[in-house]
Amino acid sequence: MDITELTVHELMEKLHNKELTTTKITKAYVDRIKEKEPEVEAFVTSLTDEAQAKAEEIDKKIEAGEVVGELAGIPIGIKDNICTKGIKTTCSSRMLENFVSPYDATVTEKLNNENIISLGKLNMDEFAMGGSTETSYFKKTKNPWNLSKVPGGSSGGSAAAVAANMVPWALGSDTGGSIRQPASFCGVVGLKPTYGLVSRYGLVAFASSLDQIGPITKDVKDSAILLNIIAGHDEKDTTSVDMEKKDYVKALKNDVKGMKIAVPKEFFGEGINNEVKESLEKAIEKYKELGAEVEEISLDIAKYSLATYYIIACAEASSNLGRFDGIRYTYRTSEFKDLKEIYKKSRSEGFGAEVKRRIILGTYVLSSGYYDAYYKKAQQVRTLVTNEFNKAFEKYDVILTPTSPTTAFGIGEKSNNPLEMYLADICTVSVNIAGLPGISIPCGVDSNGMPIGMQLIGNKFCEETILNVAYTFEQATKFRENCKPEFKGGAK
Amino acid sequence: MQVSKEELLHIANLARLNIDENEVDNYLKNLEDILNFANIVNKANVEGLDITIGANEAKNIFRKDEIKMFEDNEALLQNAINPEQNMFKIPKVIN
Repeated sequence: MDITELTVHELMEKLHNKELTTTKITKAYVDRIKEKEPEVEAFVTSLTDEAQAKAEEIDKKIEAGEVVGELAGIPIGIKDNICTKGIKTTCSSRMLENFVSPYDATVTEKLNNENIISLGKLNMDEFAMGGSTETSYFKKTKNPWNLSKVPGGSSGGSAAAVAANMVPWALGSDTGGSIRQPASFCGVVGLKPTYGLVSRYGLVAFASSLDQIGPITKDVKDSAILLNIIAGHDEKDTTSVDMEKKDYVKALKNDVKGMKIAVPKEFFGEGINNEVKESLEKAIEKYKELGAEVEEISLDIAKYSLATYYIIACAEASSNLGRFDGIRYTYRTSEFKDLKEIYKKSRSEGFGAEVKRRIILGTYVLSSGYYDAYYKKAQQVRTLVTNEFNKAFEKYDVILTPTSPTTAFGIGEKSNNPLEMYLADICTVSVNIAGLPGISIPCGVDSNGMPIGMQLIGNKFCEETILNVAYTFEQATKFRENCKPEFKGGAK
Repeated sequence: MQVSKEELLHIANLARLNIDENEVDNYLKNLEDILNFANIVNKANVEGLDITIGANEAKNIFRKDEIKMFEDNEALLQNAINPEQNMFKIPKVIN
């Protein structure tokens, strides 16, 4: 048995039957990281020694009959923009290269309370700005299905680590598709929860009105298990919503009979790769076979959403990233005359090109003379997008689209053309604009063997619905049993 | 949407960023491409629509104004560059 092939719910079962120990599981992952990390380069900070020590500690507690929790001893990987006390949180930026979090994010605290063991911090686009993980200051993460291709982004390290079996599951964050798109590129499951379901306390802010933390997992059941842990109101995040706790695992009924699924034709038009389209059409047929009612609708919001997204996200980023000033906890330039020069030189040297581009764009759209034409208009379009979704959800339970217009592209292919890179987010951003939940699950591979992702969008706080619809497809198609990453182009 | 070099440098200064002379053209081109695309928002029919400022219902969340001490000064200051007597050190601001 290859331990690292197992899902978290399978690991849990084997832990409870005493077939496996925490130490054995952790050791298997540490060995796997040793083997695959040189090729994939998913980690910014690896915590393999600490993880093994923690595993031994937990095994002792289990032996002594102490209560340690159902998930005790399960390892995890954490995106490097989520604070972890005493451990570096770099956001894959030179600006935070040496930043050690003084406190835990709420989600980290929740993992610790469950005795879940961190294997390390995972690579990302710098400050989560990008769709390929190429803007990381430290390294370029490779796609485990083909090492010459990007893993997607910005949670590319998280998705690649899960796909390469270097962690059983991971946390990512999603501002415009940063969980779903890399999940799609790497053939794993990525869930962006409803805005406000998961606390953002301790998540380094990119665009505060759009950011959400969510799970990247091997299958849908694991996604539900991890969501059960991280969801919930937090007084430290005033945008987190106080509502009754749900059990997302119980929502997995493996039944979509009578479920109403809408397919917006605009998401299958120009720019969507043919093989992606064909694969999604097959998935739609599958849902019909399974008893769902599928109808084509018009939802002409994709382009407006994308433009709105880049205006709002950059505006919020230009303000949020003002705190990185070279004074308290960031990179500081070595030579300066006065305070203003510390700010300017530290920021110019500490931020990479894409981050600077977005700060400048954000400052521009907020500056007097352009505020009304861009920022205010974008906020109105945000209302329009939300209204259009509301209309659709009056009639339908779920909206089905591709996650990304293409499968994973080559490393370096789009890095010189920012606009082209932005256009790759066309299917995912509207979900953040409206604050909805969305999940990406694999639905096939293209002729080059690269995974294709299907996105299922739900109404606010209807994670149970999209998880069940995703689960039912997964159980009927068994993607993981038929397709596995092959590390093409690597040293065999 | 045409952005001038002066405008770009002014915006960069507001954002406390330096742009090297040899980067100016590239920034201008990228900015122009992106703004031209972003202009789509001006074609949307938003007449009579309110603005949305957050993803959820905008309402105030109140709490008592109580001081909560963060005790771990050491953890905070471990990230500071040359701290002195538990303080951050910066160059002289007023001459």
